Amino acid sequence: MRITQGTYSFLPDLTDEQIATQIKYCLGNGWALNIEFTDDPHPRNTYWEMWGTPMFDLGDPAAVMYELAECRKVHAGRAYIRVSAFDATPGWESLRLSFIVDRPRDEPGFMLERKEGRGRMIAYTTRAYAADHPAGARY
Amino acid sequence: MNNVSDKARKGRYDAGVMKYKEMGYFDLDYQPKDTDVLALFRITPQEGVDPEEAAAAVAGESSTATWTVVWTDRLTACDKYRAKCYRVDPVPGQEGQYFAYIAYDLDLFEPGSVVNLSASIIGNVFGFKPLKALRLEDMRLPVAYVKTFDGPATGIVVERERLDKFGRPLLGATVKPKLGLSGRNYGRVVYEALKGGLDFTKDDENINSQPFMHWRDRFLYCMEAVNRAQAMTGEVKGTYLNVSAATMEDMYERAEFAKELGSAIVMIDLVIGYTAIQSMAKWARRNDMILHLHRAGHSTYTRQKAHGVSFRVIAKWMRLAGVDHIHAGTVVGKLEGDPFTTRGYYDICREMYNPMRLEHGVFFDQDWAGLRRMMPVASGGIHAGQMHQLLDLLGEDCVLQFGGGTIGHPMGIAAGATANRVALEAMVLARNEGRDILAEGPEILLTAAKSCTPLAQALDVWKDVSFNYTSTDTPDFVPTLTPA
Repeated sequence: MRITQGTYSFLPDLTDEQIATQIKYCLGNGWALNIEFTDDPHPRNTYWEMWGTPMFDLGDPAAVMYELAECRKVHAGRAYIRVSAFDATPGWESLRLSFIVDRPRDEPGFMLERKEGRGRMIAYTTRAYAADHPAGARY
Repeated sequence: MNNVSDKARKGRYDAGVMKYKEMGYFDLDYQPKDTDVLALFRITPQEGVDPEEAAAAVAGESSTATWTVVWTDRLTACDKYRAKCYRVDPVPGQEGQYFAYIAYDLDLFEPGSVVNLSASIIGNVFGFKPLKALRLEDMRLPVAYVKTFDGPATGIVVERERLDKFGRPLLGATVKPKLGLSGRNYGRVVYEALKGGLDFTKDDENINSQPFMHWRDRFLYCMEAVNRAQAMTGEVKGTYLNVSAATMEDMYERAEFAKELGSAIVMIDLVIGYTAIQSMAKWARRNDMILHLHRAGHSTYTRQKAHGVSFRVIAKWMRLAGVDHIHAGTVVGKLEGDPFTTRGYYDICREMYNPMRLEHGVFFDQDWAGLRRMMPVASGGIHAGQMHQLLDLLGEDCVLQFGGGTIGHPMGIAAGATANRVALEAMVLARNEGRDILAEGPEILLTAAKSCTPLAQALDVWKDVSFNYTSTDTPDFVPTLTPA
């Protein structure tokens, strides 16, 4: 399966050139860029690991692309990597764009567990097959 | 010391009938206070009725006046409680119509009550005989009043954070056929659409609890579908479970059940009424629930330009009341919607401050005083082939709802959903790359379709579908270029 979190997961994987263009768009809007990675793909896993701290006040996408290349050296193929853009404008103060730029070679997907209750109630739990293994040994 | 203002003349309180203009409801010298509620009415006086007298009558009938002089006014600070018409302009290009600006003292209104606000402003005056027609065009809600409302429980930013979806419009679809499906079959449509790539599916306005599908059955099957789709995609999904019902007790029961099942969102119809809407907004705030409002019924009073209430006023009231989603038009789809007027609605939903913008039908500056943003929803007769127009007209903070445009896909519902999602992501990517999506849109879609067969099929099936009819509700002011 292919996890479709992030803004561009339905498109073919973005090339580095395409990634750099999106970063340029974000920088043009004055947003801070952040690189994160995780090997826990659960849809409610909010806090991916940060690759350094968010990059504020950048002018050139090359700096982000450099950090992305460094992050890939360690995690490519073994984790999800995403690039996010943060907007500190009053009344927003959150992300404006967030897209996956690297994913594990094999994505085994999720088990949907059902716990039956009274009155046909079912409590649902989504569990990533990858999470059967300890963090760092999942992909 | 009594409360008669300087303007009151001798004989003002003699028994009998007197012109509204002379009773204190008309004052062109009045300077509205920052705390006043302001309303703009479009008035069409009957033949022979003085427009200023008609405007004063509107001010009177929407505040303290009755048809005759009453001495009991003298027991009140009557000048304060009288609404004051402070400006009357002829409507450009519309003979016999006038814009009347009226100011209301803040103490005329109960804090935090849309029902009181609306009962005052539109409660009585719309049937007034000396007027042929009357329309409430816009309102300025002072910060002092805005701050007495909770506003949207979730708002655009927190909704995006909760769903983990940024940088693009959200995608939805209303389940079709809107009536007659059993719960089991209904859930099938939800599952296919969400699995294929939509973020949301939606009950229609009249899906409640009918013989063909009772509400509990629908909720249970829908949540099975939502959870299955979530596991198949690794994405947060939702379906707007319509909890509209005959009584508040029924609505709370349905909303509680939706919550127990883990739904992220519930839905209500505008026809449940302002009190019920505000009650559900408070419930949504207590329960971390996104609240979707379907504006069922609004066209009965928003569409005609001469009489009724503009949707921009309804949108303002709903932001006060505290809904998170509101249907606000598509421009290009099958339902009424002039591009400039619709832009005005979207700004009212989404901005933290609206400057006066006559060409969009926005007559007042409006400070939202920190009230959260509402997500506008575009729904009705739209399809993937219009993606460039939709993104250009409506921006990225909205929900695009493709009902027929998903479920009617020749290869099935999931394929229809995938086509929409691919078209959307390709268009956002291109826009961010700096491309002129309005001009290059069709080409961008065709390129994206090369690696997505469902999109190629969708573009082919719906290529000739458009709804080009003249809108009835259009702005009265056209921007004119002035030399710099």
